[in-house]
Amino acid sequence: MSKAAISTALLAGVITSALSTLAAAGPLTKAEADAAVAAHKEKCFGVALKGQNDCAAGPGTTCQGTSTKDFQGNAWKFVQGGTCVSLQLPGDRKGSLKPLTRDM
Amino acid sequence: MLQNDGTAPIAASFAGALLRPNEPVPQDITSHHGAGLIERYNVYRNNVTVSLINAVASIYPAVQRITGEDFFRAMARFYIRAHPPRSPLLFAYGREFPDFIEAYEYASSMPWLADVARIERAWLDAYHAADAAHLAPDMLSEIAPEGLGALRFRPHPATRILRSAYPAVTIFSMNHNGGEVSAVEDRPEDALVTRRDDEVMVTHLDSGAADFLQALIAGETLGTAAALGLEANPNLDLSRLIAVALDAGAFSSLDMETSHD
Amino acid sequence: MSNSMGMQNNLADRADAVRFPHYAVAGQAGTSFKPEHLPAILAASDRCGFFEVHAENYMGAGGPPHRALERIRQDYPVSIHGVCMSLGGPQPLDPDHLQRFKALVDRYEPAMISEHLAWSTHDDIFYNDLLPLPYNEATLTHVCDHVDQMQSVIGRRIFLENPSTYVAFTDTTMAEVDFIREIARRTGCGLLLDVNNVFVSAANHGFSALDYLKDFPLESVEQIHLAGHAEQEDGAGEKLLIDSHDRPVADAVWQLYEIVLSRRGPVPTLIEWDSELPDWPVLRAEARAAQAILDRHSDTGGLRDAAE
Repeated sequence: MSKAAISTALLAGVITSALSTLAAAGPLTKAEADAAVAAHKEKCFGVALKGQNDCAAGPGTTCQGTSTKDFQGNAWKFVQGGTCVSLQLPGDRKGSLKPLTRDM
Repeated sequence: MLQNDGTAPIAASFAGALLRPNEPVPQDITSHHGAGLIERYNVYRNNVTVSLINAVASIYPAVQRITGEDFFRAMARFYIRAHPPRSPLLFAYGREFPDFIEAYEYASSMPWLADVARIERAWLDAYHAADAAHLAPDMLSEIAPEGLGALRFRPHPATRILRSAYPAVTIFSMNHNGGEVSAVEDRPEDALVTRRDDEVMVTHLDSGAADFLQALIAGETLGTAAALGLEANPNLDLSRLIAVALDAGAFSSLDMETSHD
Repeated sequence: MSNSMGMQNNLADRADAVRFPHYAVAGQAGTSFKPEHLPAILAASDRCGFFEVHAENYMGAGGPPHRALERIRQDYPVSIHGVCMSLGGPQPLDPDHLQRFKALVDRYEPAMISEHLAWSTHDDIFYNDLLPLPYNEATLTHVCDHVDQMQSVIGRRIFLENPSTYVAFTDTTMAEVDFIREIARRTGCGLLLDVNNVFVSAANHGFSALDYLKDFPLESVEQIHLAGHAEQEDGAGEKLLIDSHDRPVADAVWQLYEIVLSRRGPVPTLIEWDSELPDWPVLRAEARAAQAILDRHSDTGGLRDAAE
């Protein structure tokens, strides 16, 4: 289909149909809405700000706990955890999900 | 530009070692008992590093869920050293993180991860985008049919299109709110990110829809955009797509000034 | 005094900008405002005195953060607390950040505005921490210049907060209280006395918090902060307190607070809580405890002699 083929009649039909869809029951069926992206059901109002400036000093601040490994970090093991290990993409795209272990 | 009053070197030496854990602590710090300087200076090192990693983690929760916390924090630590914030606004931080992930050796087995991060960054940009009205569908019904082809739209400030060669939208949606993870069909995916009624929405777009919406957002006429969309996917359901975009609040108004060109 | 410029509120010049009611904060206790708490705050039958927000979190163009702050500001006085202006650094203030701050002040008409005696940006890198500075004539000059500039640009008086620190500097020639008193004198700024910071710094640097408060220019104190801290040790086995804002206010800090109020009278007081955020009733209870102490001192009209 070439660009010139977009006729006034086609566009008028498209817009009329779009508006009637909106006027009827919204553009997405229940199943489509559920399938779309669950994220949009997250109500932003009242959720934590992301990337927030605050004035608290950090956790585990001297030698214990997470602090040392976070700011020094000479002995990291680059092991993938999380949901990646249960994600399955067909074909080669999944790539190697076996843990990588390498110290800096 | 630093004021030449002799205090600049103090700030420079104090700042210089904050993100460099192997450098000695600044020579001009002291303590009342003259000891413990390393641990005391490390309080600041730790605050800087941990708080910046935490900021990256809060902006990219789906990426962290996918990689696991240990992997994520290691990756983010490299990132904050390579790209420390240049602005005090932390919600704007981490803009180079998707590109960083793409080049990060240990993430190479997850080639789709950078695109998931791009969706997350767009989510937060949409969240903070300027307020604007949404185009009322009624406005379209007032346009005469012969004027539709030359019609132009103004995007809402929150509206963004993301295109991925991977199923990044599905992977994002499975991980953004802690949902269930299952097998994913390997296919390219596009997303429309919008904000309406204080909710950021990420809508998975059909093939060709992104071509159409990107053209409209770029200021092309409805006729040109429709042609581009149908060129990309002859089966594109334009009326449903327009309904979805209007319902998601993708546009703020019609651009009547240039619509007659 | 160099606070001659623009100290009065220019509301009359911006009639279109007046959208929020005026609320008094005198003698009130408030809390940090966290969006997570908004539904509980709106649902609660009793009121909190005021809310404080970190300026930078509301410098986005639009969206839910502004809806939340507008909602709060309709019902409450608000304190805007800057955490990134870098007043204590040697380099010039960021003009863009100053303008963003001014826009926020114009938009929300806060009852109180404050910033820190600290720095966070060097060259163009933002370190996201309140970093310490040596106290001497040179640093005093540039801090005063920065306070003057900020007050001049935003057109309001600011309250400067005493820091909690973990190191001292060999270049320091002045006591912190003297340094702060001189800033207040030269710039006309008010002071935000963070009593927890006094306690933390006193422990970390081996001085008496009581002596510090005795010397502190209480007459300039316009707001008080209270917060929880964590306890650790430095490499020499000495106690090192961390200003963690992640737990209730310590008993010793409450006692210092009583002493301050007995001398200064009731001053708007904020409970700060930034991480390990509790449910709203827990934070609210901390503010209630502060309010009870404020109410006990409500007849303390002004400064009293600290006759312990």
